[in-house]
Amino acid sequence: MVELTRRLPMTMRRLPVSPVALLLAAACVFLVVGSLVSSIFAQQTVAGLGTGIVYGSLALALVLIYRATEVINFAQGEMAMAMVYVAYQLLLWGLSYWEAFFATLAIAFVFGVVVQQVFIRPVQHKSVIAVVIVTVGLFILIDGLVTWKWGADQKFMAAPFGNRIYHIGSVSIARQVVGTIAITLVTVFLLWAFFRFTKLGLGMRAGALRPAAARLVGVRTNALLAVGWGLAAVLGAVAGLMTEPSVYVLQPTLMQPVLLYAFAAAVLGGLESPGGAVVGGLALGVFLNLVGQYWGFATSELSLPIAFAALLIVLLIKPTGLFGHRTVRKV
Amino acid sequence: MRRNAPALVIVAVAVAVVVLLPFGLSGYHQGLAADVAVFLIAILGLNILTGYTGQISIGHGAFMCIGGYTTAIMSHYHDTDLIATLPLAFAVAFACGVVVGIPALRFSGVYLALATFALAVSVPQLPLKFSNFTGGSNGISASRNVSHLWLYVVSWSAAAIAYLLAWLVLRGRTGRAFRAIRDSEVAATSSGVRLSIYKTLAFGISAALAGVAGALLVLETNGFAQPNEFSVTLSLKILVGAAIAGLGSLWGVLAGAAFIALLPNISASAPLIGSAHGQDVAFGLFVIVVMILLPTGVAGLVPRLRRLRAGLD
Repeated sequence: MVELTRRLPMTMRRLPVSPVALLLAAACVFLVVGSLVSSIFAQQTVAGLGTGIVYGSLALALVLIYRATEVINFAQGEMAMAMVYVAYQLLLWGLSYWEAFFATLAIAFVFGVVVQQVFIRPVQHKSVIAVVIVTVGLFILIDGLVTWKWGADQKFMAAPFGNRIYHIGSVSIARQVVGTIAITLVTVFLLWAFFRFTKLGLGMRAGALRPAAARLVGVRTNALLAVGWGLAAVLGAVAGLMTEPSVYVLQPTLMQPVLLYAFAAAVLGGLESPGGAVVGGLALGVFLNLVGQYWGFATSELSLPIAFAALLIVLLIKPTGLFGHRTVRKV
Repeated sequence: MRRNAPALVIVAVAVAVVVLLPFGLSGYHQGLAADVAVFLIAILGLNILTGYTGQISIGHGAFMCIGGYTTAIMSHYHDTDLIATLPLAFAVAFACGVVVGIPALRFSGVYLALATFALAVSVPQLPLKFSNFTGGSNGISASRNVSHLWLYVVSWSAAAIAYLLAWLVLRGRTGRAFRAIRDSEVAATSSGVRLSIYKTLAFGISAALAGVAGALLVLETNGFAQPNEFSVTLSLKILVGAAIAGLGSLWGVLAGAAFIALLPNISASAPLIGSAHGQDVAFGLFVIVVMILLPTGVAGLVPRLRRLRAGLD
């Protein structure tokens, strides 16, 4: 490599609070005020948070892998979709929903580790583009395997949270939305605690930041990369299992739109910032719901283009996303 | 001159094969061979941008969509001669590429990749929105059909012209500027390469070639331009083809194009994996295996062979 890239946090801050934080605070105030004024607004906001947190958790999976390997995993959504099919199969074999849920997460971890060891590791140190192409290959491969095993027709799964609807004043909120938000938040919190408080998590952070230095002090970076892929697959599986009840049917194409929104969310948050990915996902979910509600032109065909147009505008103003750091290049 | 002799022989053999091939092929196989030419043009375009200038794009399906719809719309509404629509597709896609290239100046690396990906996702949605002009999901058809032989001749002629164009652009001053930008933007600027001009130019040329490929793709699907043809999968396919061909070299382009155009058809007729899903499995596996064995693509074999020959001499 001729070019060395080094990431440095921006230390020069003129404002005591960053403009991004101010902007987010303003957006929160806007949403709260809007929700108090109109119950439709409140309903759309809560539903948007429900879809947004799912985008956020898949975006978080992408960010985890990007931080460790500088590669976007195109197969992330398909890996998640395959795990939903595993859960479907477990349910068919007679497990209860939550037994199947946790069993699937365990399987997802093993699946992620195996994928990294078998497919990614051989190309890991060759070139970034080779790794990206391998993930594209995985995308096609997993899609093909799932369709082969379970068929492309629609399947139905038990709803994890039932069909109850809560009423708060004139605002009605589905129990499923509340459940999705709760489950995803718990997962994200556990992951954060893992990285923050365990020695394994510390080693993974070190390995992502300075691989060579981490190896020198005895961090087994290769093994930890595999663990990273495993954790990303678990996050993806949670996202997949939470997506399925919101679209009601299970198909091999389940996660493809979600993956696209997750890309947008991850980039919006700055690709290197786990918190940014979650905030990006939430922002995207709420934004799309509100735009769809109040702007007649924005029909469902346009929701992807609008998401990406918003993303491009953010990137033009801040080319490294909301929470990204500027990279300093050395020739 | 002696160093170039094997290269000239290879090119001459390739041209001869392409010229003689249609005499031995059935109509269906002529169509397949035309497919190879279409992907060859698209991969050439992507290679100029990603391989030579270092700007990663996952959005070339979008430019193919623009070129394809240009051809279909011109033919449908204005009854333009089909061959005349090809330079038009080139020009329109070139303009779009330049327009995209200007904001892309602000992005680099993975952010650019995702910005272009956004394009690949968004552009095919637009015909659905403006369906009374573009026919929505049913698509829009060109005013006349063409034979397989016509397609073969036109596609391969276009491919030859595109290859020559790419070679001419890349061998001279412009190509040097592109490669300088790829290797180090800072170093390129300090040696007087104007980043903004050359990067947008690379985007333009690259998009223009993709546009022509898209136009030909539309003619190949019975003259129908539909949003489905230009899905994200198409963009990814071209990226896969370019990686298998080998980025930053023109040698492997034919192999990359043949890989993505022919493999699904070959595996369809193979026993055991004949089903549609089996094709996907085989394609995905092949992509992974080729990338693990040849991380620099087929073109990466050329320096290896040269070294081998040098060792023998």
